[in-house]
Amino acid sequence: MRAFYGTTLANPLMLGTAQYPSPAILEAAFRESGAAVATVSLRREGADGAGQAFWEMIRALNVLVLPNTAGCHTVKEAVTTAHMAREVFDTPWIKLELIGHTDSLQPDVFQLVEAAKILSDEGFQVFPYTTEDLIVGERLLAAGCEVLMPWGAPIGSGRGLNNTYALRAMRAEFPDTPLVVDAGIGLPSHAAAAMELGYDAVLLNTAVAKAGDPVAMARAMARAVEAGALGAEADPMEPRDMAEASTPVIGKAFLS
Amino acid sequence: MIRILGAGVAGLTVATELAAAGAEVELVDPKGPGAASCSWWAGGMLAPFCEFENAEEPVMRLGQLAKAWWARFTEVIGAGTLVVAHRRDQADLRRFARRTEQFAPVTGAEISTLEPDLVGYDSGLFFESEAHLAPRQALADLVRHLDGQGIAIRPEPSAHPAERTIDCTGFAAREALSDLRGVKGEMLVIRAPDVAISRPVRLLHPRIPLYIVPRGDGVYMLGATMIETADRGRITARSMLELLSAAYALNPAFGEAEVLEIGVDVRPAFPNNLPKVRAKGSTIYANGLFRHGFLLAPALAKAVTDLVIHNRETELVDANHA
Repeated sequence: MRAFYGTTLANPLMLGTAQYPSPAILEAAFRESGAAVATVSLRREGADGAGQAFWEMIRALNVLVLPNTAGCHTVKEAVTTAHMAREVFDTPWIKLELIGHTDSLQPDVFQLVEAAKILSDEGFQVFPYTTEDLIVGERLLAAGCEVLMPWGAPIGSGRGLNNTYALRAMRAEFPDTPLVVDAGIGLPSHAAAAMELGYDAVLLNTAVAKAGDPVAMARAMARAVEAGALGAEADPMEPRDMAEASTPVIGKAFLS
Repeated sequence: MIRILGAGVAGLTVATELAAAGAEVELVDPKGPGAASCSWWAGGMLAPFCEFENAEEPVMRLGQLAKAWWARFTEVIGAGTLVVAHRRDQADLRRFARRTEQFAPVTGAEISTLEPDLVGYDSGLFFESEAHLAPRQALADLVRHLDGQGIAIRPEPSAHPAERTIDCTGFAAREALSDLRGVKGEMLVIRAPDVAISRPVRLLHPRIPLYIVPRGDGVYMLGATMIETADRGRITARSMLELLSAAYALNPAFGEAEVLEIGVDVRPAFPNNLPKVRAKGSTIYANGLFRHGFLLAPALAKAVTDLVIHNRETELVDANHA
């Protein structure tokens, strides 16, 4: 598995921490899934220490924390939020999210590259939430990013991998860069499919938090990413157009 | 004598139940009942089935006690709850239906019959058995009831020694309850005499679910945000925009409303968002009502009474906490 800024994850599942019915269920979902990384939104929960109880709970999960800039629409907001995150969680990691479109929450890739450059220059280790565009990916790497996180589908849509062709092309184009499918995962099969494409991790939130039984769904997602990763490592067979019998028929005693 | 600290919805219901069980009760609150309690800012919806969408099973089961309990002391309006979503958010309505019980699906025409001022909704869910009350009136009615029992709210404890102290001070008890956290809520009270909505309406939305509760005379309560912070400062522009634009989406005539009040406070909550009764020394803490103050206070008060008077540990008693 490719390392994320020098850190090898124990498990390729990254889970968001928003929208759960309660912190107790959030904690159980992490415990059941063994997710290695928790993403946290700083913007809504207050910066001045008032959100302490929630932060403490996240820290108590004892997983790597990836703070994000969810809800930011400008470079300035994102950079300020990243500074805040570094202070609260004492980590150089930041998931950089710059929203460009209200309905699709599509990233504004132009501002994304700009903010990624600023933050990388300041010593942040940036995980950019981007589209599957190869050129944007190149620009992000040039800006200092060492990880890319293309979307599967719009945030919270649960539509799965909208463009597997482009995600596969991205994997081929950036063979040495850790890649994460971020957003759009709704079902375990979507998560498995991302891993089968050779991706290094999957980041999801709503699919677990808004499931009727979040803890069961967290377990399902953990098994799905494990299955997908194992399958990708196992060098899967090539699909073919015609049937190929798995036992030879020539010479078989058929008059029995 | 049992001393109860805090005269919000928890303290008042606990005092009422303990007094009904024959206990001698003293109720202490330096600020008296009012804006210092977060129940002052509540929606007052007695909606155990709607709340079950995003809560654990006890909320639905124990919440069903609330309607009859409150009706003994205050006016409870049994008009049900109407849940609607915009056409593009129908998936949220389907999910809500799967996660709840005791509702009837309603068509656009049926919605118009129930609430003629809700226009443009093709489908919804009607929870006929649910009810609502006016929180400030309900608190005042309990104060009057207790007064009739000879229990007045004292600004400070009397000189009499208390055998037990029941701490119902909500988030103020944070120092003693390490796993209690604050969840900020913001609400608005508006007056829109041009809009006539007669029951609580919930508008589902993937990011900003809103409810509106009629208070009579064209006054409506709009609520409420849920933010994981104990900051009880001011409302943010974003929250105000979200609340008002959701109301505007229910009926554009809300655009002409007067904003009467802006409320901000912090709900006390435990990690599973369920209330607890927890004994520490001679003090018993009754806390963690979260967003279910009026819905679960009767069950919480009953659990306190069962423990203190009958020495019976019911499910809300938190025996295992170190």
